[in-house]
Amino acid sequence: MTETLLDKIWRAHTVRTLPSGQTQLFIGLHLIHEVTSPQAFQMLREAGHSIRYPKRTFATIDHIVPTASQLRPFPDGMAEEMAVHLARNCQEFGVSFFDLDSSQQGIIHVIGPELGLTQPGMTIACGDSHTSTHGALGALAFGIGTSQVRDVLASQCLAMAKPKLRQIRIEGSLPRGVYAKDAILAIIRRLGVMGGVGYVYEYAGSAVTAMSVEERLTICNMSIEGGARVGYVNPDATTFEYLKGRPFAPQGEAFDRAVVWWRSIASDPDATFDDVVQLDAPSIEPMLTWGINPGQSIGVSERVPYPHEAPDADRAAWDEALAFMGLESGRPIVGTPIDVAFIGSCTNGRLSDLRVAAEVIRGQKVAKGVRALVVPGSKAVARAAEAEGLHEIFLTAGFEWRKAGCSLCLGMNEDKLTGMEICAASSNRNFKGRMGSPTGRTLLMSPAMVAAASIRGQVADVREMLP
Amino acid sequence: MNQDDLRRQIVGRAILLTGNDIDTDRIIPARFLKCITFEGLEAHVFEDDRRQMPNHPFDQAHYQGATILVVGQNFGCGSSREHAPEALKRWGILGIVGESFAEIFFGNCTAIGLPCLMLDTEGIAWLGEAVSRYPEQEVLLDVEARLVCFRERSIPATIPDGARNQFLTGAWNAMGVLLEAGNKIDDVARSLPYVAGY
Repeated sequence: MTETLLDKIWRAHTVRTLPSGQTQLFIGLHLIHEVTSPQAFQMLREAGHSIRYPKRTFATIDHIVPTASQLRPFPDGMAEEMAVHLARNCQEFGVSFFDLDSSQQGIIHVIGPELGLTQPGMTIACGDSHTSTHGALGALAFGIGTSQVRDVLASQCLAMAKPKLRQIRIEGSLPRGVYAKDAILAIIRRLGVMGGVGYVYEYAGSAVTAMSVEERLTICNMSIEGGARVGYVNPDATTFEYLKGRPFAPQGEAFDRAVVWWRSIASDPDATFDDVVQLDAPSIEPMLTWGINPGQSIGVSERVPYPHEAPDADRAAWDEALAFMGLESGRPIVGTPIDVAFIGSCTNGRLSDLRVAAEVIRGQKVAKGVRALVVPGSKAVARAAEAEGLHEIFLTAGFEWRKAGCSLCLGMNEDKLTGMEICAASSNRNFKGRMGSPTGRTLLMSPAMVAAASIRGQVADVREMLP
Repeated sequence: MNQDDLRRQIVGRAILLTGNDIDTDRIIPARFLKCITFEGLEAHVFEDDRRQMPNHPFDQAHYQGATILVVGQNFGCGSSREHAPEALKRWGILGIVGESFAEIFFGNCTAIGLPCLMLDTEGIAWLGEAVSRYPEQEVLLDVEARLVCFRERSIPATIPDGARNQFLTGAWNAMGVLLEAGNKIDDVARSLPYVAGY
């Protein structure tokens, strides 16, 4: 009988079948942050429990941290209190904490892979929907809520029903100027924002095999935007090469033994799936959103759609989205003016993202009136970028070079849109109010496309601007 | 078993919220996640939508005191914030009926004892229309019989077996059940190469 990675990891981590019929699944790596954990620690305390496996939980602070100055105490009293609580909880319960004063702090989904905490074959949970990111290394990674954070702290387990599995094959080569972000936006456009509910997405095909781990992280990150709680790529030589030498990865001969196991948990070559979908990589063009969910996207050469073009069930949603966005149906999306350019987030805040954006920006200037910022995904990303001089390219062009955090992606710190500002963003969600202004508007796109828009002051086709 | 934890049936007046893909940022905007408890979240449920939409259902007089929320497709998509179902629960919602739910949101609702039942497209359309016409009448959300009953109709509803069993046995707070596995948890840990050591 053939098995998929989902089957193998699920079986290896099954503790028992619960009376409800669900599986009690052991969680190998638990990641926590300041927003979704304080209530979980409080519940744990009230129940009189300790952490079952404190060495399998790691914490960092990312959502609420200021990115301009990170001096303590934070000017925002509530943000400071959350930071203090996380530090206190980690100390009381014996959890490793990559605090702001450590050199390893960053967005939790950036530092997990970067530190080698995220490894193939693991089950991973974090109180954050973008936990799907970690699947890029061949793990099963679940976004969970606060009660489940409590469950994992207390028992190192989750009660879960085994999902179905859809393989998404991206075949061929992505054209020049088209990136992993465009591929995942194209997938979500095709399958919809709820197409993945009840499914795990396995990303495969020659385009995915050719991708770096960082590109795979971008793809897996946005699985949840397509409704799939979990997305993964089978571990391969690219994965192993990425992990080699990372601080928490196995070292020396243990690494070689780990590779043997990691290879064994990949889906069998003749494995079968509940569903298979294929995308043609050469036909994907730079993508961006025109609406208020990540499925409402078009290629950069397309026009803003008319509501009558919507499938019947989506007509009202398209009306609402177009009204909120203030975009005119029938007009080319290219030329749409922007107010803010944001490069960062757990989707596209890694070194390769900054390199690509810097290539577009080098020698150029940010358009007058555009506020542009780069927020590296972690301190390590910032250090590596600075070592290459990328920050100079951004600063010279007129970008702000910020410190690591989630920033404008969800506007929980000082970085917010104001009024009806429109932001070209490399992040993951264009929901109403997402960037901190209830009427602010977000256009999701690749970092290269954000760079292009920042220079032109309007949506532009990056393929015309690549060096 | 605490009888208060059983969720076999929920009866109450309903509130209709139309639209699909309503995300958790809309249910509770991120700025209200700056907190260390869930207390007071009910004051901000749908805050930005309510400011932009005069006469939002949550502000309509005839929906005040409703305990059953009627929604469309993919309700609760996006962020995993449990603050969203907590805000709804603290506002007074005891159960939700929709055409479909986002997975993490559904799990969070289950974890705090808030059953989510699904109806087919026709069923949810009929219920929404009927509830908006007779908001003073009560809806029966029958988790045990997998039915949603209103006026003359009893509509077959779906809910995954696992969640349904949790509600019928009062075991939706999973922590206690998970801890009952005892040493079996450690046995699995020891069997994993990355825990035991490569």
